[in-house]
Amino acid sequence: MLRFIIRRLIVIVPMVLIVVTLTWGLIRLAPGNFYTGEKRIPKAIEKNIREKYGLNRPWYVQYGKMMGSVLRGDFGMSLTYPGQSVNQILWSTLPVSATLGLLAYILALAVGVTTGTIAALKQNSKWDYASMAFAMLGISIPNFVLGPLLVLLFSLTLFWLPPALWGGGSPANLILPVLTLSAIYMAFIARLTRSGMLEVLRSDYVRTARAKGLSEVQVVFRHVLRGGIMPVVSFSGPALAFLIAGTVVVERVFALPGLGNYFINANFARDEPLIIGIVAFISIAVLIFNLLVDIGYAYIDPRIRY
Amino acid sequence: MKDERQESDARQTGTEPALTPLGTPQEPPIRAREGDIIHTSPELAVGEADVRSAEHGAELVAGTSLWKDAWRRLLKNKLAVFGLAVTIFIILASIVGPLIIRKTTGFTYDFIPPDVNLERSFAPFTSPDGAFSWAHPMGTDDSGRDVLARVLDGGRISLMVGLVSTIVSLIIGISYGAVSGYFGGRLDDLMMRVVDVLYSLPYIMIVIVLLSFFKGASAPVFLTKIVSYFGGGQDVVQLVLLFMALGAVSWLTMARIVRGQVMSLKNQEFVLAAKATGVSQRRIIFRHLVPNTLGPVIVYATLTVPSVMLTEAFLSFLGLGVQPPHASWGSLASEGIKNIAIFPWQLIFPGVTMALALFSLNFLGDGLRDALDPQMRKV
Repeated sequence: MLRFIIRRLIVIVPMVLIVVTLTWGLIRLAPGNFYTGEKRIPKAIEKNIREKYGLNRPWYVQYGKMMGSVLRGDFGMSLTYPGQSVNQILWSTLPVSATLGLLAYILALAVGVTTGTIAALKQNSKWDYASMAFAMLGISIPNFVLGPLLVLLFSLTLFWLPPALWGGGSPANLILPVLTLSAIYMAFIARLTRSGMLEVLRSDYVRTARAKGLSEVQVVFRHVLRGGIMPVVSFSGPALAFLIAGTVVVERVFALPGLGNYFINANFARDEPLIIGIVAFISIAVLIFNLLVDIGYAYIDPRIRY
Repeated sequence: MKDERQESDARQTGTEPALTPLGTPQEPPIRAREGDIIHTSPELAVGEADVRSAEHGAELVAGTSLWKDAWRRLLKNKLAVFGLAVTIFIILASIVGPLIIRKTTGFTYDFIPPDVNLERSFAPFTSPDGAFSWAHPMGTDDSGRDVLARVLDGGRISLMVGLVSTIVSLIIGISYGAVSGYFGGRLDDLMMRVVDVLYSLPYIMIVIVLLSFFKGASAPVFLTKIVSYFGGGQDVVQLVLLFMALGAVSWLTMARIVRGQVMSLKNQEFVLAAKATGVSQRRIIFRHLVPNTLGPVIVYATLTVPSVMLTEAFLSFLGLGVQPPHASWGSLASEGIKNIAIFPWQLIFPGVTMALALFSLNFLGDGLRDALDPQMRKV
């Protein structure tokens, strides 16, 4: 187990470097850069700028410099947000995105596993059909449509909740974004739990558990749920990648100062250091999270050995 | 062409020396004799592993085939039938709708007749003087354009993006998965490791970088050249880039599915027979193995279409997807968001249409999966 973890941790480094290289390559292959925007700059100033940021050096020198900054974990100064270093931006936006993502995922797990379990235990009942239709609805409504609709209902019609902004992370400001973000995961998790549970309910070991006289509650909680939840656990890895796309949307809909919002702005402004910083940061987060999921797998299912 | 000749050559030459009884040892190359029927049709491989006689094979093809059976099961599933009906309706509406509008009013997505007076936004079923009117059942947008017409036109683009990107992902996924599964061993290890790596990467960020840096005039030169060779403009370049980006990120699961299928099929007798007759490896993979994986592939493809459309909408919302003068449901909805407090119908109609389309496509895909492969009931 320990060897497995160490091996996976070592693999993270080259993988992050690959992602960063890919991103950097894309940025450099595209014509133009941060300084060739709408404003025309005099030749002399452009020359000075190119010299200051090392843009007149050969590409491998620039690549080396960029790689060095990634390996040191110091991404330099942002170009669009004057006076702020990329690291400062990362550390100030991370709490926003992480709070959002974590709360949304916890909510999705709680609601999704509960409805999925009920649907599986009462298969083909009206509960089952209702919750599965609801789950399908959750998968089918794009979150950038759902968010504004919730705002329209709860903020602009009923005046219960603030329509946007972070507000220091107060619960009232968090409700709508978290709900919007978690809808699709709720739906996915409910469906995964249902199908996983249905499979386990038919298995031999559940019949054995019933046969030895365990109560239905014990059978469900100690045996069925444990096996039935495996698809949900393995979904957690890809879910994080989805969650990033989701937070980008939600942060833009609700104007929250999170990583995703900054990432989009950085892309529009061609702010190379900030893009590289955020990409590297998120890749590390995703890879570490995937590792945690694999470890969690082995704990839930004792048959899995690494 | 060349492969076919090889195959027929092998059949002919196979008659001469290899007529020894099959049971004798030290005779590894098993060759087909003239007149032998080599079963390669998809119907034979599914379920019936042990079909040997030609009569039996013919009967199977003529009788209830896998597809007929699946169709019957699909029709029993009410939700899937609903999904199928709505999907067909939406496809027809977005093909025919813009044509009717063009015939009757002269509007196209990028052309407005000069005598039309475009005004402010009107609510659904209201005319400029505030009375009830059938003129704009979905209201109009900021510049007075009919939302229904735009939704129909947007449907064309959205459905096309969904379809073409799915085809791109099919081509990549099937070739990759089939090659990996067929050859196995080290190559398989390597190829699947690459898929694992790609799975765990936040590819959506790379897509965002790709699309925002190659937007508009800074699209790759070679792509612009190819597209303009076929008579397409800058807007087509943007769409092609979008197809490629979306297809390139959605082939991973397809590759895994096809690989699994190919691995379970490649040791069956019809492959052995094909090998024995000297069919080339490329032909075995693409003519004998791939057609047999079609069931699960079709199922997954139907589920890929809505997910690709969702991603397209997400990118359009960020301003990276479909660009004006074209519009998709996603870009219409994201325009509508800006006016949500005053003109909510500009968000609601494109948004709800899109949700309905995705909803029915998802149900159709689910129903197809249950019908084609009852074993695969997952997710």
